[in-house]
Amino acid sequence: MKLEDYELGGTHLRSSDFEKGKVLTTAWQPNLAYAWDNGVAIGRYLAELKEGRIVARVCHSCNRIMIPPRMFCELCFKPTDEWRYVKDTGTVNTFSVAHVNWDASRRGPKEPPLIPAVIEIDGASPGMGILHMLGGVSPNGITVGMRVEAVWKKPGERTGAITDILYFKPIRAAAAKSPRAAGKAKAGRKPAATRARSKR
Amino acid sequence: MGMRKVAIVGAGITKFVRRAQETGKELSWQASKMALDSCGLTLDDVEAVTLGTAPDAFDGVHMKGEYLADGAGAFRKPYMRHYVGGGTGVFSPIHGWFHVASGLADIVLVVAEEKMSSCHPHPQGAFLTIFDHTTEQPLKPTLIWIFALEMNRYMSTYGITKADIARVSVKNKGNALDHPSAQVAEKITVEDVLNSETLCWPVNRLDISPASDGAAAVVLASERVARRLTDKPVWIDGVGFSIDTAYWATRDLSYPRYVETAARMAYDMAGIKEPHKEIHVAEPYDPFDYKELHHMEGLMLCPRGEAARLTAEGYTARDGNLPICPSGGALGVGNPIAATGLMKIIEIFLQLRGEAGKRQVPGRPRCGLAQAWGDLMQMGTVVVMRI
Repeated sequence: MKLEDYELGGTHLRSSDFEKGKVLTTAWQPNLAYAWDNGVAIGRYLAELKEGRIVARVCHSCNRIMIPPRMFCELCFKPTDEWRYVKDTGTVNTFSVAHVNWDASRRGPKEPPLIPAVIEIDGASPGMGILHMLGGVSPNGITVGMRVEAVWKKPGERTGAITDILYFKPIRAAAAKSPRAAGKAKAGRKPAATRARSKR
Repeated sequence: MGMRKVAIVGAGITKFVRRAQETGKELSWQASKMALDSCGLTLDDVEAVTLGTAPDAFDGVHMKGEYLADGAGAFRKPYMRHYVGGGTGVFSPIHGWFHVASGLADIVLVVAEEKMSSCHPHPQGAFLTIFDHTTEQPLKPTLIWIFALEMNRYMSTYGITKADIARVSVKNKGNALDHPSAQVAEKITVEDVLNSETLCWPVNRLDISPASDGAAAVVLASERVARRLTDKPVWIDGVGFSIDTAYWATRDLSYPRYVETAARMAYDMAGIKEPHKEIHVAEPYDPFDYKELHHMEGLMLCPRGEAARLTAEGYTARDGNLPICPSGGALGVGNPIAATGLMKIIEIFLQLRGEAGKRQVPGRPRCGLAQAWGDLMQMGTVVVMRI
Protein backbone atom coordinates (compact mmCIF):
# COMPACT_ATOMS: atom_id res chain seq x y z
CA MET A 1 0.00 0.00 0.00
CA LYS A 2 1.04 3.61 -0.49
CA LEU A 3 -0.43 6.47 1.48
CA GLU A 4 -0.37 8.52 -1.70
CA ASP A 5 -2.92 6.16 -3.28
CA TYR A 6 -5.58 6.94 -0.67
CA GLU A 7 -7.72 9.97 -0.13
CA LEU A 8 -6.93 10.67 3.50
CA GLY A 9 -9.61 11.82 5.94
CA GLY A 10 -9.27 14.84 8.20
CA THR A 11 -10.65 18.20 7.06
CA HIS A 12 -8.64 21.24 8.11
CA LEU A 13 -10.77 24.03 9.58
CA ARG A 14 -9.32 27.53 9.35
CA SER A 15 -9.88 30.63 11.47
CA SER A 16 -11.77 32.17 8.56
CA ASP A 17 -14.26 29.28 8.65
CA PHE A 18 -15.19 30.33 12.18
CA GLU A 19 -15.21 34.05 11.41
CA LYS A 20 -17.60 33.50 8.51
CA GLY A 21 -19.90 31.41 10.69
CA LYS A 22 -19.41 28.28 8.59
CA VAL A 23 -18.75 26.19 11.68
CA LEU A 24 -20.91 25.87 14.76
CA THR A 25 -19.40 24.78 18.06
CA THR A 26 -20.70 23.98 21.51
CA ALA A 27 -18.77 25.33 24.49
CA TRP A 28 -18.70 24.14 28.07
CA GLN A 29 -16.84 25.58 31.01
CA PRO A 30 -16.32 22.89 33.63
CA ASN A 31 -16.73 24.04 37.21
CA LEU A 32 -14.64 21.48 39.05
CA ALA A 33 -13.16 21.87 42.50
CA TYR A 34 -10.67 19.55 44.18
CA ALA A 35 -9.25 19.34 47.69
CA TRP A 36 -6.10 17.24 47.65
CA ASP A 37 -4.91 15.53 50.82
CA ASN A 38 -1.24 16.06 51.48
CA GLY A 39 -0.46 12.76 53.17
CA VAL A 40 1.95 12.28 56.04
CA ALA A 41 5.27 13.20 54.41
CA ILE A 42 4.16 16.21 52.39
CA GLY A 43 1.96 17.36 55.31
CA ARG A 44 5.03 17.64 57.54
CA TYR A 45 7.03 19.15 54.64
CA LEU A 46 4.48 21.96 54.35
CA ALA A 47 4.29 22.47 58.13
CA GLU A 48 8.08 22.85 58.23
CA LEU A 49 8.03 25.28 55.29
CA LYS A 50 5.68 27.42 57.38
CA GLU A 51 8.41 27.49 60.06
CA GLY A 52 11.05 28.41 57.48
CA ARG A 53 12.72 25.01 57.35
CA ILE A 54 13.07 22.30 54.71
CA VAL A 55 12.72 18.73 55.90
CA ALA A 56 13.71 15.51 54.13
CA ARG A 57 13.20 11.79 54.84
CA VAL A 58 16.03 9.27 55.12
CA CYS A 59 15.97 5.65 53.99
CA HIS A 60 18.43 3.55 56.02
CA SER A 61 18.45 0.88 53.35
CA CYS A 62 19.74 2.91 50.38
CA ASN A 63 20.94 5.80 52.59
CA ARG A 64 19.24 8.38 50.40
CA ILE A 65 18.19 11.66 52.00
CA MET A 66 15.08 12.38 49.98
CA ILE A 67 13.36 15.61 49.13
CA PRO A 68 10.45 16.02 48.75
CA PRO A 69 10.08 13.71 51.77
CA ARG A 70 8.17 10.45 51.33
CA MET A 71 6.95 7.81 53.77
CA PHE A 72 8.08 4.91 51.60
CA CYS A 73 11.27 4.50 49.58
CA GLU A 74 10.32 3.79 45.97
CA LEU A 75 13.66 2.05 45.31
CA CYS A 76 13.83 -0.20 48.40
CA PHE A 77 10.03 -0.43 48.64
CA LYS A 78 10.04 -0.22 52.40
CA PRO A 79 9.04 2.50 54.89
CA THR A 80 11.51 5.37 55.20
CA ASP A 81 13.18 5.71 58.60
CA GLU A 82 13.75 9.26 59.87
CA TRP A 83 13.24 12.97 59.35
CA ARG A 84 16.28 15.10 58.56
CA TYR A 85 16.47 18.88 58.20
CA VAL A 86 18.34 20.03 55.11
CA LYS A 87 19.64 23.48 54.17
CA ASP A 88 17.70 26.14 52.35
CA THR A 89 20.60 26.57 49.94
CA GLY A 90 21.43 24.60 46.83
CA THR A 91 22.84 24.39 43.32
CA VAL A 92 21.09 25.14 40.04
CA ASN A 93 20.85 21.84 38.13
CA THR A 94 19.09 23.44 35.17
CA PHE A 95 16.85 26.43 34.47
CA SER A 96 14.62 28.04 31.87
CA VAL A 97 13.55 31.60 31.07
CA ALA A 98 9.81 31.43 30.48
CA HIS A 99 7.85 33.99 28.49
CA VAL A 100 4.71 31.84 28.58
CA ASN A 101 2.15 31.34 31.34
CA TRP A 102 0.75 27.98 32.40
CA ASP A 103 -2.15 28.21 29.92
CA ALA A 104 0.17 29.07 26.99
CA SER A 105 -0.83 32.77 27.11
CA ARG A 106 2.14 35.09 26.62
CA ARG A 107 3.52 37.22 29.43
CA GLY A 108 2.98 40.93 28.84
CA PRO A 109 5.77 43.31 27.85
CA LYS A 110 5.97 44.67 31.40
CA GLU A 111 5.87 41.28 33.09
CA PRO A 112 9.35 39.91 33.74
CA PRO A 113 9.98 36.38 32.47
CA LEU A 114 9.60 33.54 34.96
CA ILE A 115 12.76 31.57 35.74
CA PRO A 116 11.87 28.03 36.77
CA ALA A 117 14.77 25.84 37.84
CA VAL A 118 15.62 22.46 39.26
CA ILE A 119 17.57 23.15 42.46
CA GLU A 120 19.62 20.44 44.13
CA ILE A 121 19.16 21.08 47.85
CA ASP A 122 22.23 21.07 50.13
CA GLY A 123 22.08 18.28 52.67
CA ALA A 124 19.90 16.02 50.50
CA SER A 125 21.48 13.23 48.48
CA PRO A 126 23.33 14.35 45.33
CA GLY A 127 20.96 14.92 42.45
CA MET A 128 17.92 15.34 44.74
CA GLY A 129 16.32 18.44 43.31
CA ILE A 130 13.04 20.29 43.52
CA LEU A 131 11.23 22.50 41.04
CA HIS A 132 11.22 26.14 42.12
CA MET A 133 11.78 29.63 40.81
CA LEU A 134 14.87 31.83 40.62
CA GLY A 135 14.64 35.53 41.40
CA GLY A 136 16.73 38.56 42.29
CA VAL A 137 18.91 37.94 39.27
CA SER A 138 18.92 38.87 35.59
CA PRO A 139 18.21 35.93 33.27
CA ASN A 140 21.56 36.53 31.60
CA GLY A 141 23.40 36.15 34.89
CA ILE A 142 22.35 32.57 35.60
CA THR A 143 24.51 29.53 35.01
CA VAL A 144 24.03 25.83 35.56
CA GLY A 145 25.95 25.01 38.74
CA MET A 146 25.26 28.41 40.31
CA ARG A 147 24.87 28.45 44.12
CA VAL A 148 21.54 29.78 45.38
CA GLU A 149 19.65 30.35 48.64
CA ALA A 150 15.96 30.50 49.48
CA VAL A 151 14.17 33.83 49.92
CA TRP A 152 11.32 33.19 52.35
CA LYS A 153 8.05 34.96 52.90
CA LYS A 154 7.85 36.79 56.23
CA PRO A 155 6.91 34.39 59.08
CA GLY A 156 3.42 35.82 59.52
CA GLU A 157 2.64 35.51 55.80
CA ARG A 158 3.53 31.85 55.39
CA THR A 159 0.65 29.47 54.86
CA GLY A 160 2.33 26.09 54.75
CA ALA A 161 2.83 25.89 51.00
CA ILE A 162 5.71 25.48 48.56
CA THR A 163 5.20 29.16 47.79
CA ASP A 164 6.34 30.05 51.35
CA ILE A 165 9.68 30.14 49.57
CA LEU A 166 9.27 33.10 47.22
CA TYR A 167 12.22 32.09 45.06
CA PHE A 168 15.88 31.18 45.22
CA LYS A 169 18.49 33.90 44.66
CA PRO A 170 22.22 33.67 43.94
CA ILE A 171 24.46 33.50 47.00
CA ARG A 172 26.65 36.58 47.01
CA ALA A 173 30.37 36.07 46.43
CA ALA A 174 31.31 36.75 50.09
CA ALA A 175 28.80 34.25 51.39
CA ALA A 176 29.87 31.70 48.80
CA LYS A 177 33.37 31.75 50.27
CA SER A 178 32.15 30.17 53.49
CA PRO A 179 33.88 26.79 53.89
CA ARG A 180 30.67 24.80 53.58
CA ALA A 181 29.52 26.49 50.42
CA ALA A 182 32.95 26.40 48.79
CA GLY A 183 33.48 22.76 49.70
CA LYS A 184 30.08 21.82 48.37
CA ALA A 185 30.71 23.61 45.09
CA LYS A 186 33.99 21.78 44.59
CA ALA A 187 32.54 18.45 45.56
CA GLY A 188 29.69 18.81 43.07
CA ARG A 189 29.29 15.81 40.79
CA LYS A 190 28.59 17.89 37.77
CA PRO A 191 31.17 19.42 35.46
CA ALA A 192 31.99 23.06 36.11
CA ALA A 193 29.26 25.48 35.22
CA THR A 194 28.91 25.65 31.50
CA ARG A 195 27.05 28.35 29.73
CA ALA A 196 25.85 26.61 26.64
CA ARG A 197 23.63 29.50 25.74
CA SER A 198 23.55 30.32 22.10
CA LYS A 199 21.53 32.95 20.31
CA ARG A 200 18.36 33.77 22.22
CA MET B 1 9.02 -17.66 25.35
CA GLY B 2 6.01 -19.47 23.96
CA MET B 3 4.68 -16.42 22.15
CA ARG B 4 3.27 -16.41 18.64
CA LYS B 5 4.75 -14.27 15.89
CA VAL B 6 2.74 -11.12 15.18
CA ALA B 7 2.71 -9.11 11.95
CA ILE B 8 1.39 -5.75 10.87
CA VAL B 9 -0.61 -6.34 7.68
CA GLY B 10 -2.47 -3.08 7.07
CA ALA B 11 -2.47 0.59 7.99
CA GLY B 12 -4.65 3.69 7.85
CA ILE B 13 -4.17 7.32 8.75
CA THR B 14 -5.92 10.68 8.44
CA LYS B 15 -4.38 14.01 7.69
CA PHE B 16 -2.98 15.70 10.79
CA VAL B 17 -4.52 19.18 11.11
CA ARG B 18 -4.67 21.93 13.74
CA ARG B 19 -8.43 21.67 13.97
CA ALA B 20 -10.43 19.00 12.20
CA GLN B 21 -14.03 19.37 11.16
CA GLU B 22 -14.53 15.69 12.00
CA THR B 23 -15.26 14.49 15.52
CA GLY B 24 -12.87 12.14 17.26
CA LYS B 25 -15.18 9.24 16.41
CA GLU B 26 -15.22 10.20 12.75
CA LEU B 27 -11.44 10.51 12.59
CA SER B 28 -11.13 7.08 14.25
CA TRP B 29 -13.52 5.62 11.71
CA GLN B 30 -11.62 7.11 8.75
CA ALA B 31 -8.30 5.64 9.91
CA SER B 32 -9.82 2.28 10.90
CA LYS B 33 -11.69 1.86 7.63
CA MET B 34 -8.58 2.68 5.60
CA ALA B 35 -6.53 0.16 7.62
CA LEU B 36 -9.06 -2.62 6.98
CA ASP B 37 -9.38 -1.72 3.29
CA SER B 38 -5.61 -1.73 2.86
CA CYS B 39 -5.45 -5.45 3.67
CA GLY B 40 -8.80 -6.49 2.24
CA LEU B 41 -10.53 -7.20 5.55
CA THR B 42 -13.91 -6.19 6.94
CA LEU B 43 -14.91 -5.48 10.51
CA ASP B 44 -16.34 -9.00 10.76
CA ASP B 45 -12.80 -10.38 10.49
CA VAL B 46 -11.60 -8.37 13.49
CA GLU B 47 -11.62 -10.35 16.73
CA ALA B 48 -10.53 -7.65 19.18
CA VAL B 49 -9.85 -3.91 19.21
CA THR B 50 -7.38 -1.85 21.21
CA LEU B 51 -7.46 1.92 21.27
CA GLY B 52 -4.90 4.49 22.37
CA THR B 53 -5.79 8.06 23.19
CA ALA B 54 -4.14 10.52 25.57
CA PRO B 55 -5.70 12.76 28.26
CA ASP B 56 -9.48 12.99 28.57
CA ALA B 57 -8.88 16.64 29.42
CA PHE B 58 -8.12 17.47 25.76
CA ASP B 59 -11.63 16.51 24.69
CA GLY B 60 -13.48 17.27 27.90
CA VAL B 61 -14.97 13.79 27.47
CA HIS B 62 -14.56 11.53 30.45
CA MET B 63 -13.82 7.87 29.61
CA LYS B 64 -12.86 8.79 26.07
CA GLY B 65 -12.10 5.16 25.23
CA GLU B 66 -15.75 4.26 25.58
CA TYR B 67 -16.81 7.35 23.65
CA LEU B 68 -14.54 6.48 20.73
CA ALA B 69 -15.37 2.75 20.68
CA ASP B 70 -17.83 2.98 17.79
CA GLY B 71 -15.36 4.83 15.57
CA ALA B 72 -12.80 2.13 16.29
CA GLY B 73 -15.19 -0.65 15.23
CA ALA B 74 -15.24 -2.11 18.71
CA PHE B 75 -18.91 -2.78 19.38
CA ARG B 76 -19.57 -6.25 20.80
CA LYS B 77 -15.90 -7.11 20.67
CA PRO B 78 -13.19 -7.42 23.31
CA TYR B 79 -12.01 -3.83 23.61
CA MET B 80 -9.72 -1.87 25.86
CA ARG B 81 -8.26 1.61 25.89
CA HIS B 82 -4.66 2.19 26.94
CA TYR B 83 -3.01 5.44 27.90
CA VAL B 84 0.62 6.13 28.80
CA GLY B 85 0.82 9.84 27.98
CA GLY B 86 2.95 10.71 24.95
CA GLY B 87 4.14 7.10 24.89
CA THR B 88 0.63 5.93 24.01
CA GLY B 89 0.95 5.67 20.23
CA VAL B 90 3.84 3.20 20.26
CA PHE B 91 2.24 1.35 23.16
CA SER B 92 -0.87 0.85 20.96
CA PRO B 93 0.61 -1.91 18.77
CA ILE B 94 2.20 -3.44 21.90
CA HIS B 95 -1.25 -3.69 23.45
CA GLY B 96 -2.59 -5.34 20.29
CA TRP B 97 0.49 -7.56 20.19
CA PHE B 98 -0.43 -9.00 23.63
CA HIS B 99 -3.72 -10.24 22.18
CA VAL B 100 -2.18 -11.94 19.14
CA ALA B 101 1.08 -13.19 20.67
CA SER B 102 -0.86 -14.81 23.51
CA GLY B 103 -3.17 -16.66 21.13
CA LEU B 104 -6.28 -14.79 22.26
CA ALA B 105 -6.97 -13.46 18.76
CA ASP B 106 -5.72 -13.88 15.19
CA ILE B 107 -6.72 -10.44 13.89
CA VAL B 108 -6.68 -7.29 16.02
CA LEU B 109 -7.46 -3.73 14.99
CA VAL B 110 -5.28 -1.13 16.74
CA VAL B 111 -6.52 2.47 16.67
CA ALA B 112 -4.97 5.68 18.00
CA GLU B 113 -6.87 8.95 18.06
CA GLU B 114 -6.28 12.45 19.37
CA LYS B 115 -8.33 15.61 19.07
CA MET B 116 -6.50 18.35 20.93
CA SER B 117 -8.29 21.32 19.40
CA SER B 118 -11.38 21.04 21.60
CA CYS B 119 -9.47 22.38 24.60
CA HIS B 120 -9.51 26.18 24.77
CA PRO B 121 -7.76 28.50 24.63
CA HIS B 122 -4.89 26.02 24.20
CA PRO B 123 -4.46 22.34 25.12
CA GLN B 124 -1.33 23.35 27.06
CA GLY B 125 -3.65 24.40 29.88
CA ALA B 126 -4.79 20.80 30.32
CA PHE B 127 -1.26 19.83 31.26
CA LEU B 128 -1.19 21.81 34.52
CA THR B 129 -2.54 18.85 36.48
CA ILE B 130 0.24 16.56 35.28
CA PHE B 131 2.41 18.16 37.97
CA ASP B 132 2.31 17.27 41.67
CA HIS B 133 -0.69 19.07 43.10
CA THR B 134 0.98 20.19 46.32
CA THR B 135 4.67 20.72 45.64
CA GLU B 136 4.61 21.89 42.00
CA GLN B 137 1.22 23.16 40.79
CA PRO B 138 1.25 26.22 43.10
CA LEU B 139 4.26 27.44 41.04
CA LYS B 140 1.94 27.51 37.98
CA PRO B 141 4.13 25.39 35.73
CA THR B 142 3.57 24.85 32.02
CA LEU B 143 4.60 21.63 30.37
CA ILE B 144 7.12 23.56 28.29
CA TRP B 145 9.09 24.26 31.47
CA ILE B 146 10.14 20.69 31.98
CA PHE B 147 11.23 20.38 28.36
CA ALA B 148 13.14 23.63 28.62
CA LEU B 149 14.76 22.45 31.86
CA GLU B 150 15.67 19.10 30.34
CA MET B 151 16.96 20.69 27.12
CA ASN B 152 19.15 23.13 29.06
CA ARG B 153 20.56 20.30 31.18
CA TYR B 154 21.26 18.27 28.03
CA MET B 155 22.96 21.25 26.35
CA SER B 156 24.98 22.09 29.47
CA THR B 157 26.16 18.53 30.05
CA TYR B 158 27.50 17.99 26.54
CA GLY B 159 28.23 21.56 25.40
CA ILE B 160 25.60 21.41 22.64
CA THR B 161 24.23 24.67 21.18
CA LYS B 162 20.72 25.65 20.21
CA ALA B 163 21.83 25.74 16.57
CA ASP B 164 22.99 22.10 16.80
CA ILE B 165 19.55 21.12 18.05
CA ALA B 166 17.63 23.30 15.55
CA ARG B 167 18.97 21.13 12.71
CA VAL B 168 16.57 18.39 13.82
CA SER B 169 13.60 20.69 13.31
CA VAL B 170 14.93 21.75 9.89
CA LYS B 171 15.42 18.10 8.83
CA ASN B 172 12.06 16.84 10.05
CA LYS B 173 9.93 19.69 8.74
CA GLY B 174 11.70 19.21 5.39
CA ASN B 175 11.12 15.44 5.39
CA ALA B 176 7.43 16.03 6.08
CA LEU B 177 7.02 17.80 2.72
CA ASP B 178 6.70 14.30 1.25
CA HIS B 179 4.13 13.01 3.79
CA PRO B 180 0.48 13.21 2.68
CA SER B 181 -0.73 13.69 6.27
CA ALA B 182 1.64 16.54 7.12
CA GLN B 183 0.42 19.58 9.02
CA VAL B 184 3.53 21.77 9.36
CA ALA B 185 5.87 20.64 6.58
CA GLU B 186 8.08 23.44 5.35
CA LYS B 187 11.52 24.24 4.16
CA ILE B 188 13.17 26.28 6.90
CA THR B 189 16.67 27.14 8.05
CA VAL B 190 18.46 26.95 11.38
CA GLU B 191 18.16 30.75 11.58
CA ASP B 192 14.37 30.51 11.22
CA VAL B 193 14.28 28.27 14.28
CA LEU B 194 16.61 30.48 16.31
CA ASN B 195 14.68 33.63 15.34
CA SER B 196 11.24 32.20 16.08
CA GLU B 197 9.47 33.36 19.24
CA THR B 198 11.22 32.36 22.46
CA LEU B 199 8.62 30.58 24.58
CA CYS B 200 10.69 29.22 27.46
CA TRP B 201 14.39 29.62 26.77
CA PRO B 202 16.02 27.51 25.39
CA VAL B 203 12.80 26.41 23.67
CA ASN B 204 11.65 28.50 20.70
CA ARG B 205 8.41 28.07 18.85
CA LEU B 206 9.94 26.12 15.95
CA ASP B 207 11.66 23.75 18.41
CA ILE B 208 8.19 22.40 19.25
CA SER B 209 5.72 20.21 17.39
CA PRO B 210 2.21 21.65 16.96
CA ALA B 211 -1.05 20.69 18.64
CA SER B 212 -3.00 18.53 16.20
CA ASP B 213 -6.11 16.49 15.48
CA GLY B 214 -5.73 13.14 13.75
CA ALA B 215 -6.04 9.37 13.91
CA ALA B 216 -4.14 6.30 12.74
CA ALA B 217 -4.79 2.56 12.76
CA VAL B 218 -3.01 -0.72 11.99
CA VAL B 219 -4.18 -4.30 11.62
CA LEU B 220 -2.22 -7.00 13.44
CA ALA B 221 -2.39 -10.68 12.50
CA SER B 222 -0.96 -13.96 13.70
CA GLU B 223 1.65 -15.63 11.47
CA ARG B 224 -0.76 -18.14 9.93
CA VAL B 225 -3.28 -15.44 9.00
CA ALA B 226 -0.71 -12.83 8.02
CA ARG B 227 0.90 -15.05 5.41
CA ARG B 228 -2.48 -15.57 3.78
CA LEU B 229 -3.31 -11.87 3.76
CA THR B 230 -0.11 -10.47 2.33
CA ASP B 231 3.25 -11.50 0.90
CA LYS B 232 4.86 -8.62 2.77
CA PRO B 233 3.96 -8.96 6.45
CA VAL B 234 6.07 -6.77 8.73
CA TRP B 235 6.91 -8.64 11.93
CA ILE B 236 6.84 -7.11 15.39
CA ASP B 237 10.01 -8.79 16.65
CA GLY B 238 10.56 -6.86 19.87
CA VAL B 239 8.50 -4.76 22.24
CA GLY B 240 9.60 -2.84 25.32
CA PHE B 241 8.14 -0.36 27.75
CA SER B 242 9.38 1.10 30.99
CA ILE B 243 8.52 3.86 33.42
CA ASP B 244 10.79 5.97 35.63
CA THR B 245 10.07 7.76 38.92
CA ALA B 246 7.53 10.58 39.02
CA TYR B 247 10.04 12.56 41.14
CA TRP B 248 11.31 13.95 37.85
CA ALA B 249 13.45 16.66 39.44
CA THR B 250 15.60 13.97 41.07
CA ARG B 251 16.51 12.26 37.79
CA ASP B 252 19.51 12.74 35.51
CA LEU B 253 17.79 15.04 33.05
CA SER B 254 20.57 14.71 30.46
CA TYR B 255 19.83 11.05 29.70
CA PRO B 256 16.51 9.20 29.23
CA ARG B 257 17.24 6.08 31.26
CA TYR B 258 13.65 4.84 30.90
CA VAL B 259 14.05 4.78 27.09
CA GLU B 260 17.21 2.70 27.47
CA THR B 261 15.39 0.23 29.74
CA ALA B 262 12.52 -0.09 27.26
CA ALA B 263 14.96 -0.43 24.34
CA ARG B 264 16.95 -3.17 26.08
CA MET B 265 13.74 -5.12 26.63
CA ALA B 266 12.81 -4.82 22.93
CA TYR B 267 16.36 -5.54 21.69
CA ASP B 268 16.61 -8.66 23.89
CA MET B 269 13.35 -9.96 22.47
CA ALA B 270 14.42 -9.21 18.88
CA GLY B 271 17.94 -10.59 19.40
CA ILE B 272 19.58 -7.26 18.64
CA LYS B 273 23.11 -6.93 20.03
CA GLU B 274 24.44 -3.84 18.25
CA PRO B 275 21.48 -1.55 17.63
CA HIS B 276 23.45 1.10 15.71
CA LYS B 277 24.38 -1.55 13.11
CA GLU B 278 21.29 -3.72 13.11
CA ILE B 279 18.60 -0.99 12.99
CA HIS B 280 18.38 0.46 9.47
CA VAL B 281 15.74 3.14 9.96
CA ALA B 282 14.26 4.64 13.13
CA GLU B 283 11.38 6.86 14.19
CA PRO B 284 12.15 8.11 17.71
CA TYR B 285 9.62 10.50 19.27
CA ASP B 286 10.38 14.13 18.45
CA PRO B 287 7.79 16.41 20.06
CA PHE B 288 10.70 18.77 20.69
CA ASP B 289 13.78 18.79 18.46
CA TYR B 290 16.24 17.97 21.28
CA LYS B 291 14.10 14.94 22.17
CA GLU B 292 15.05 13.21 18.90
CA LEU B 293 18.73 13.50 19.91
CA HIS B 294 18.00 12.52 23.51
CA HIS B 295 16.08 9.46 22.34
CA MET B 296 18.71 8.37 19.78
CA GLU B 297 21.13 8.21 22.71
CA GLY B 298 18.65 6.42 24.98
CA LEU B 299 17.99 3.91 22.19
CA MET B 300 21.77 3.35 22.00
CA LEU B 301 21.78 4.25 18.30
CA CYS B 302 24.78 6.51 19.01
CA PRO B 303 27.08 7.35 21.92
CA ARG B 304 25.84 9.82 24.54
CA GLY B 305 26.25 13.43 23.53
CA GLU B 306 27.02 12.51 19.89
CA ALA B 307 23.56 12.71 18.31
CA ALA B 308 23.81 16.42 17.50
CA ARG B 309 27.15 15.99 15.71
CA LEU B 310 25.80 13.04 13.69
CA THR B 311 22.76 15.10 12.70
CA ALA B 312 24.98 17.97 11.53
CA GLU B 313 26.99 15.48 9.41
CA GLY B 314 23.85 14.25 7.66
CA TYR B 315 24.08 10.79 9.25
CA THR B 316 20.38 10.94 10.19
CA ALA B 317 19.10 12.40 6.90
CA ARG B 318 16.78 10.31 4.76
CA ASP B 319 19.75 9.25 2.62
CA GLY B 320 22.18 9.08 5.55
CA ASN B 321 23.68 6.00 7.20
CA LEU B 322 20.88 5.82 9.77
CA PRO B 323 17.77 7.70 8.61
CA ILE B 324 15.93 9.15 11.62
CA CYS B 325 12.30 10.27 11.30
CA PRO B 326 12.09 9.98 7.48
CA SER B 327 8.34 10.59 7.85
CA GLY B 328 8.92 14.12 9.13
CA GLY B 329 8.09 13.12 12.68
CA ALA B 330 5.98 15.02 15.15
CA LEU B 331 7.84 18.21 14.23
CA GLY B 332 6.77 18.00 10.59
CA VAL B 333 3.76 15.72 10.21
CA GLY B 334 2.15 17.01 13.40
CA ASN B 335 1.61 15.76 16.92
CA PRO B 336 -1.86 14.40 17.73
CA ILE B 337 -0.26 12.64 20.71
CA ALA B 338 -1.44 9.02 20.48
CA ALA B 339 -1.85 9.09 16.69
CA THR B 340 1.73 10.36 16.29
CA GLY B 341 3.23 7.21 17.80
CA LEU B 342 1.14 5.01 15.52
CA MET B 343 2.05 7.23 12.53
CA LYS B 344 5.68 6.33 13.34
CA ILE B 345 4.83 2.62 13.42
CA ILE B 346 3.09 3.01 10.04
CA GLU B 347 6.12 4.81 8.60
CA ILE B 348 8.43 1.93 9.57
CA PHE B 349 5.83 -0.53 8.19
CA LEU B 350 5.87 1.28 4.83
CA GLN B 351 9.64 1.80 4.79
CA LEU B 352 10.32 -1.90 5.37
CA ARG B 353 7.83 -2.86 2.64
CA GLY B 354 9.46 -0.39 0.26
CA GLU B 355 6.17 1.48 -0.08
CA ALA B 356 7.07 4.85 1.40
CA GLY B 357 7.01 6.61 -1.98
CA LYS B 358 9.10 9.78 -2.05
CA ARG B 359 9.97 9.23 1.61
CA GLN B 360 11.56 5.83 0.91
CA VAL B 361 15.03 5.51 2.42
CA PRO B 362 17.61 3.85 0.13
CA GLY B 363 19.24 0.49 0.73
CA ARG B 364 16.17 -1.73 1.29
CA PRO B 365 15.98 -1.47 5.08
CA ARG B 366 15.11 -4.78 6.74
CA CYS B 367 14.92 -3.74 10.40
CA GLY B 368 13.32 -0.62 11.85
CA LEU B 369 12.30 0.86 15.16
CA ALA B 370 9.66 3.24 16.46
CA GLN B 371 9.74 4.81 19.91
CA ALA B 372 7.59 7.15 21.93
CA TRP B 373 7.88 8.73 25.31
CA GLY B 374 5.52 10.40 27.69
CA ASP B 375 3.90 11.02 31.04
CA LEU B 376 6.02 13.26 33.27
CA MET B 377 9.13 12.60 31.11
CA GLN B 378 9.20 9.07 32.47
CA MET B 379 7.62 6.54 30.06
CA GLY B 380 9.51 4.83 27.23
CA THR B 381 7.82 2.61 24.61
CA VAL B 382 9.76 0.81 21.85
CA VAL B 383 8.78 -1.51 18.97
CA VAL B 384 11.33 -3.28 16.73
CA MET B 385 10.03 -4.43 13.36
CA ARG B 386 11.52 -6.60 10.60
CA ILE B 387 10.43 -7.72 7.16
